[in-house]
Amino acid sequence: MTAGNISVSETPLVLYTLRRADDALILGHRLSEWCGHAPMLEEDMALANMGLDLLGQARELYSYAAKVEGRDNDEDKFAYLRDVRQYRNLLLLEQPNGDFARTMVRQFFYAAFADLYWRVMMRSTDATLAAIAAKSEKESAYHLRHSSEWIVRLGDGTEESHRRAQEAIDLLWAFTGEMFEVDDSERGLIDAGIAVDPAPLRAQWMKRITGVVAEATLTLPNNGWMQQGGRSGRHSEHLGHLLSELQSMPRTFPGATW
Amino acid sequence: MVAVLDDSDLRRRAWEAASTVVDPEIPVLTIADLGVLREVEVHDSRVEVAITPTYSGCPAMNMIALEIELALERAGIGRPTVRTVLSPAWTTDWMSEEGRNKLREYGIAPPQASGSRRALFGEQQVACPQCGSVNTEVLSEFGSTSCKALWRCKNCREPFDYFKCH
Repeated sequence: MTAGNISVSETPLVLYTLRRADDALILGHRLSEWCGHAPMLEEDMALANMGLDLLGQARELYSYAAKVEGRDNDEDKFAYLRDVRQYRNLLLLEQPNGDFARTMVRQFFYAAFADLYWRVMMRSTDATLAAIAAKSEKESAYHLRHSSEWIVRLGDGTEESHRRAQEAIDLLWAFTGEMFEVDDSERGLIDAGIAVDPAPLRAQWMKRITGVVAEATLTLPNNGWMQQGGRSGRHSEHLGHLLSELQSMPRTFPGATW
Repeated sequence: MVAVLDDSDLRRRAWEAASTVVDPEIPVLTIADLGVLREVEVHDSRVEVAITPTYSGCPAMNMIALEIELALERAGIGRPTVRTVLSPAWTTDWMSEEGRNKLREYGIAPPQASGSRRALFGEQQVACPQCGSVNTEVLSEFGSTSCKALWRCKNCREPFDYFKCH
């Protein structure tokens, strides 16, 4: 016997909260994949620690989504019993770890955004989201500092580390635009002050990453074409493989406890 | 009037019992030293204890909640409700002076006075908890738990944990 998918009543606030929860869970899971495999012990700890921060954020957000939805879903059901098409995370965050440079570039692009985003979300008129933002903002600031230092070290390091960092930037760039997208379901929340319009954050984000990338002697692509789809459940092939591992236990042994 | 006195006495006893609970990862610090213990309330003789996580994913929170329940049971108060509050967000500024001294004696450099963003991104000067020298360097931004970083003293050569300001 296997456990089937739950259904979710995706009202605007539930959907909005699930999108951010999925971001945190998927990136946190990716980072946890490094556990025991990082290039050095310090980074093994760093990646696991950041993964733990993100998992904590995901739990708070899923629990809140469950409360808002008001049915019998909970944090575990959201994480374990939705399939690929029901996941709402950014495509950037499900991209495979690749080498260490690719993991760091992915982290850097997202942390530079998350740090700005959560800081503004602290003023959300939704008290729970504002409280989650206040914790996440501090954590994101740390993640940003960590990944920024690595971008400089890799880019301005050896010929090989420079090449790998540049390849990672070129590969992941097309997934960054999705962070600043808004759809109809979010507009009402933005008007009500519950959510933040991410579009104005883009200039600040560009300024931040441009400075670090220049210091790292790397370059940002001129290509303005951006991939999207994650927010509406259209994912790259990688998410299915990730979920099959993440969900294997509760899918195989429904309701198992220990 | 009697009920009110009873409630305030119960509240005091409950706070005393809860404040003996230590952080399972830094056993020299109580949750009161850390500022994790936020509030003890009594409503109709029912005790409610509010705690706040240091970091979102802090795995010690479940253990701390369980320890609070046990501590109040042992004190004869009975099982409380333990509630987690996120706002206002925990900051190392809430750590008591006594807590900072205990940390230093235990061999962990206490957090710098203000967990402001400037402190986070600016130059840090962390004194070695062994010899007191500020001739130290960071080895790893992340340490054995979410709340610590790994440093080394260039004077006495000892590596040490630094409780990150947050």
